[in-house]
Amino acid sequence: MKHRYLPMTSQDEKDMLETIGVQSIDELFSDIPEKVRFKGEYNIKPAKSESALTKELAQLAGKNADSVRYASFLGAGVYDHYKPIIVDHVISRSEFYTAYTPYQPEISQGELQAIFEFQTMIAEITGMDIANSSMYDGGTALAEAGMLAAGQTRRKKILVSRAVHPESRDVVRTYALGQSIDVVEIPLKDGRTDIGALKEMVDENTATVMIQYPNFFGQVEDLKEIEPIVHGAGALFTVSSNPLALGALTPPGKFGADITVGDAQPFGIPEAFGGPHCGYFAVTQKLMRKVPGRLVGETTDDEGRRGFVLTLQAREQHIRRDKATSNICSNQALNALAASVAMTALGKEGTKEIAVQNIAKTHYMKQQLKKSGFEIAFDGAHFNEIAVKVDSSVKELNAALFEKGMIGGYDLGLSYDELQGHMLIAVTEQRSKEEIDAFVQEIDAFVRETEASHA
Amino acid sequence: MHKDNQPLIFEMTKQGRVGYSLPELDVPEVDLNELLGQELVREEFAELPEVSELDIMRHYTALSKRNHGVDSGFYPLGSCTMKYNPKINESVARFSGFANIHPLQEESTVQGAMELMYDLQEHLKEITGMDEVTLQPAAGAHGEWTGLMMIRAFHEANGDFNRTKVIVPDSAHGTNPASATVAGFETVTVKSNEHGLVDLEDLKRVVGDDTAALMLTNPNTLGLFEEDILEMASIIHKVGGKLYYDGANLNAVMSKARPGDMGFDVVHLNLHKTFTGPHGGGGPGSGPVGVNADLIPYLPKPILIKTDEGFTFDYDRPESIGRVKPFYGNFGINVRAYTYIRTMGPDGLKKVTEYAVLNANYMMRRLAPHFDLPYDRHCKHEFVLSGRRQKKLGVRTLDMAKRLLDFGYHPPTIYFPLNVEEGMMIEPTETESKETLDNFIDAMIQIAREVEENPEIVQNAPHTTVINRLDETKAARKPVLRYQKTTGSE
Repeated sequence: MKHRYLPMTSQDEKDMLETIGVQSIDELFSDIPEKVRFKGEYNIKPAKSESALTKELAQLAGKNADSVRYASFLGAGVYDHYKPIIVDHVISRSEFYTAYTPYQPEISQGELQAIFEFQTMIAEITGMDIANSSMYDGGTALAEAGMLAAGQTRRKKILVSRAVHPESRDVVRTYALGQSIDVVEIPLKDGRTDIGALKEMVDENTATVMIQYPNFFGQVEDLKEIEPIVHGAGALFTVSSNPLALGALTPPGKFGADITVGDAQPFGIPEAFGGPHCGYFAVTQKLMRKVPGRLVGETTDDEGRRGFVLTLQAREQHIRRDKATSNICSNQALNALAASVAMTALGKEGTKEIAVQNIAKTHYMKQQLKKSGFEIAFDGAHFNEIAVKVDSSVKELNAALFEKGMIGGYDLGLSYDELQGHMLIAVTEQRSKEEIDAFVQEIDAFVRETEASHA
Repeated sequence: MHKDNQPLIFEMTKQGRVGYSLPELDVPEVDLNELLGQELVREEFAELPEVSELDIMRHYTALSKRNHGVDSGFYPLGSCTMKYNPKINESVARFSGFANIHPLQEESTVQGAMELMYDLQEHLKEITGMDEVTLQPAAGAHGEWTGLMMIRAFHEANGDFNRTKVIVPDSAHGTNPASATVAGFETVTVKSNEHGLVDLEDLKRVVGDDTAALMLTNPNTLGLFEEDILEMASIIHKVGGKLYYDGANLNAVMSKARPGDMGFDVVHLNLHKTFTGPHGGGGPGSGPVGVNADLIPYLPKPILIKTDEGFTFDYDRPESIGRVKPFYGNFGINVRAYTYIRTMGPDGLKKVTEYAVLNANYMMRRLAPHFDLPYDRHCKHEFVLSGRRQKKLGVRTLDMAKRLLDFGYHPPTIYFPLNVEEGMMIEPTETESKETLDNFIDAMIQIAREVEENPEIVQNAPHTTVINRLDETKAARKPVLRYQKTTGSE
């Protein structure tokens, strides 16, 4: 059988076997004990031609409702934002996507410089001193922040706000289990972290306090009030932040965060059914040598030319093995590049403009919902998300919305018992006024109909 | 490659230029100060670039020209399986029905994506010989830690809380001991014998009732198949430990030997290696984990199941270790891997391994007269040469690696595994032609000759790259990890 990825010809095979001094390829596998040798071929689907496979997979993709054909009001940590078209053109340059980690700096200056620029952009946006070259995603970045804090403070308790993304909290718990660290949740008060409760809970065993800003419900936490409580107890202050929101909000660095983490997905990265996205990890100068993952630093060659290298590698698994700060090896480099291009395209002005648009659209939605008589669960300022009481099955409501070409919100009852019958609605700059109006009209009609049928 | 310095994107900024297109705001503006309170309104803009769209494209095009990928040339980086990254994968992953779907959509609206994930799991089960597979881990190291957490949960469920130790060979990937630490284990090292394989006597010495698991790569990082695998499995299982398979080297044994049949209890795969990811400059990867029946209850949740009504995520998993990642893994990479497996089929995957191993053995034989070959036997998909002969002449493996850059090649992995002096770990992969291998071999032979006749040219290499060797000590001693506008970037 001939295959387009396999250049071996029968003549090549013959010549090479001769050079090696064996009769057949099978001989090269003679060291595999007979007992474990796999005979024959895998029982998997047969190979398909390029056209036939493309067609089959296009049909499979066609079974999914995407946010191009449907107006999406679903966020909860993953967002349909403006993706500058240039992003995909840059990351499609195969010098980037077919390279591996830049271990050979002389032929990897492009990647290294791009990462150095990414580190700079993340540090700028979060108001932190430095950032690393990326993590898997926001959830694992938060978990790694917990590990860093426990190591740094030699304490064994993490306090995490219930207003942090439920799936990120799950990941924190799994990582903590490995390190025998306790994870305790700080209760909510009006959709924000209960600061009174936090004061009671934080103590000399607390390694870090984790707050999401804006939080899972789109509410803006009062970092200024929280910071002295955390530092007063000698714990590290970890903030998980949607970087797109920081175009308009005072960044965590300004409020004394020690570690700021999050996911750069809102900057130019497709939703992709939840991954790959792009975790980021930013810290104060003091924690520089405790950071997990790869760091790119600037240096010079013997002719004084500026260049970039992977640096402070003594933290990493390939050098320190069991003493490394983390086991991370592969990261999300290509998506860090995508986020860099999106941040560059938006630039200094655009990052503010897009954040402000998101706030304006979210508040327009809120106003329209209120006008229709809906109860908004938590008041105050919103970013992207609004928790609204729909008092009916969110699943059925979403089915009705889907009929009208819309993807509805997140069923908060799945993660918060006290929020049964509440939907978390996300509005980004992608949603037009007409779409928002239509959405409100539909959920209003649905809820009235449900009420009528129950009356 | 271009010799001129490429300015940082921040140095190209000119106030007033933009590279974006947002719609006019079609809803009323909000007063941020009133809404948020002055303290929460960002005062200073983030210092991001102000450039036009063409500036952006030229900048990144210039950077790409200063970067070497598989598409640029041969990339025999051992242990990383730098094979061709098929273009159909890239197209399929960009289908809107895969790229633009949200992980929390109602399941009825993403059945196509779930079907793909399910079928990929089924294919990986057959390929590894394991009973169940999770796609949740984001990369190989993440998969290792996930597997070890499951092993820990298994032991603890049996009331076995004293299994604190994970054994790894001295030739193991650095992620193995690091993952063991993150999962809360102590690492114990088992030695290799004179044949480059795990020393069974030493293994018997280090195992005990405190053994949680043995982590093994097979073939190992020397590219040698651990022939005593069944005996090793028996030693570990006899003391109640589990056997963990690091799938980094799966490219060497597809259709030849399955981890499940070798006695492994847990397996992680690197879809960005064997299954053409791509590597993306360091990621994203994907690190699915396969387990045998004993460990199924501990898989990360949710798990994907097939019912009469279609595919659904099952969260009701009381013994699960929990989530290891938000959502369901690096779906976009999984789409690429699935496309690849479907492109190759069973006969194709078999050929992949056969040609990967043929290529490696061919290179090894041709290079053996010119360098030291510490373990002289058939290799699998990669082999390790030693540069100790050249070191005696004052030229280090690092120098030879740098000299390869002048020939347009990415060097092999160097100084790894740790049990080979001046090691060069070479993995050609099956997608390279004999001509490519021959040209690379010729370059290596020329370098070996240069070491004897004109060592300076090797010691001072590279000569043709955009930059010379960089001062790594300076980078580490006074780290500059970001551009600062105020002080400038020297």
